[in-house]
Amino acid sequence: MAQPLPAARRGKRMTPARWGLYAFIFITALYFLLPLYVMVVTSLKPMAEIRQGNLLALPAAPSIDAWVKAWTSACTGLTCQGIKIGFLNSLRILVPSVVISILVGSLTGYALSLWRVRGANILFGAMMVVAFIPYQVFIYPLVRLFSFAGLGQSLLTIVIIHTIFGFPTMTLLFRNYFASLPVELFKAARVDGAGFYQIYAQIMMPMATPMIVVAVILQTTGIWNDFILGLVFAGRDNLPMTVQLNNIVNSTQGERAYNVDMAATLLTALLPLAVYFGSGRWFVRGIAAGAVKG
Amino acid sequence: MRLSLNSRLSVISALLPALLVMLVVYVGATSWTVWMSLTNSRMLPNNNFVGLRQYEMLLGNDRWITSVHNIIIYGVLFVSLALLIGFLLAVAIDQRVRAEDTIRSIYLYPYSMSFVVTGLVWQWLLNPTLGIQHVLRSWGFEGATFDWIVRPETAIYCLVIAGVWQASGLVMAIMLAGLRGVDDEIWKAARVDGLPKWRVYVSIIIPMMGASFATAAVLLSTGVVRLYDLSVAMTNGGPGIASEVPAKFVMDHLFERANIGLATAAATTMLITVIAVVAPYLYWRARKGEMR
Repeated sequence: MAQPLPAARRGKRMTPARWGLYAFIFITALYFLLPLYVMVVTSLKPMAEIRQGNLLALPAAPSIDAWVKAWTSACTGLTCQGIKIGFLNSLRILVPSVVISILVGSLTGYALSLWRVRGANILFGAMMVVAFIPYQVFIYPLVRLFSFAGLGQSLLTIVIIHTIFGFPTMTLLFRNYFASLPVELFKAARVDGAGFYQIYAQIMMPMATPMIVVAVILQTTGIWNDFILGLVFAGRDNLPMTVQLNNIVNSTQGERAYNVDMAATLLTALLPLAVYFGSGRWFVRGIAAGAVKG
Repeated sequence: MRLSLNSRLSVISALLPALLVMLVVYVGATSWTVWMSLTNSRMLPNNNFVGLRQYEMLLGNDRWITSVHNIIIYGVLFVSLALLIGFLLAVAIDQRVRAEDTIRSIYLYPYSMSFVVTGLVWQWLLNPTLGIQHVLRSWGFEGATFDWIVRPETAIYCLVIAGVWQASGLVMAIMLAGLRGVDDEIWKAARVDGLPKWRVYVSIIIPMMGASFATAAVLLSTGVVRLYDLSVAMTNGGPGIASEVPAKFVMDHLFERANIGLATAAATTMLITVIAVVAPYLYWRARKGEMR
């Protein structure tokens, strides 16, 4: 976005209109930052201070006790082992789901874009429609299918489920990318006698690095933030962090430990926030690529 | 180029997962859900055809009616507010402001977080005893009330507040891309004509950004139908059934209330609604040739 701009739009002088503009930006920025700020300060206060009710005040004596408790000993239902269990579960779900969904999606996108397959457009169009359909339509039959297949609720089941529901977006992403590459590249490889999988692995995937980065960002935040699929398909021993977080906060008996709740909430948001702030413009690229779907 | 038998087999093997998923999961599972909605299945699926009776039951079900009512309120407010706020934010950023990247990051970061996190934070902020209401009162506004989350008639608006907070940044990102695509000649011509800036936006720029608005609106709308996590985490449908939503109705009737027939009838209703919204849009896009 570095193209030269006409002087009229550069407007460096601080006119009243520009003061108004900056005031608007400042106030809206406060609105967006307020929840994050409140989460952080609440998580650093002891309960006695929270009960006094100064939501916005900085902690008098910041302490990480609530964080330690949230991580190691907060109760989710009957067990009190903290949210670290959920964190590890989410990691175990995340890594294979991201890898497999990207492999399958890129291979499908590659086959649909570069190889002339009869019915490719129909298959692709159908996948795009399906991407909009609410999960509730599929969930019950899938639960039955997996229990019939003997998988039940398990780590493998939830990985397959994430691969299935990431399929349309991943396919779209890679299909459009491969279709934008110069076709001569593909033809030259064919003339040299390279086969289908050889071209995919040795030529196309190395060239698709930017799309792989985008796909990793999209899938990582999407799968980490998932709640409903993990709840239904992961099983009691593999519940992801979002589900455990909700259990910690919403099924507490007696007085709520708001500081622990907020620490647990922040811990759950940590990975997507790190991905977001670490990836910068790539995150926006991912949204834009995913938005093509919508 | 003609394909050899070998490459033909390779292509087919590569497309096998897609075909399998389409047929078994999408076509198969969807048909089964629709079929179940025509039976009187309770805890276990059965094949006793009862016609549209589950749909009649659905229409007489208070909780479903409340859910539909809520999702309409939520959908209209959430989509229009997110579009409005997102557009204003994009216009503000497009004025060549300082620290643009930082401001953009601030507007967009909520979108990276889950609905569960969003719901829990706003539950805490809107908590009348210790949250924003308490802050306002401690600032001297003694009579200030902001207890929407505990009042049945206003709880759904709390979901709107949280949803808009989470998604406005997404609209901003889409709109900003659209605004940056506007030809500078238009701005020059408008300046020569002496048009005030806001007139240029209202009369020229907004009509030009139809595609950006459509993309954002469709993205937001699909999120509306799926709304589930936010309701579970923020209010758990409460107080009472005041903030129930259709997706939650389906889940609860499938897994807690053991009423598969009713749940699948609700799911099928959601499916039909989505298709009615999405099909014209995809058709419009296909005609514009954007699907390639």
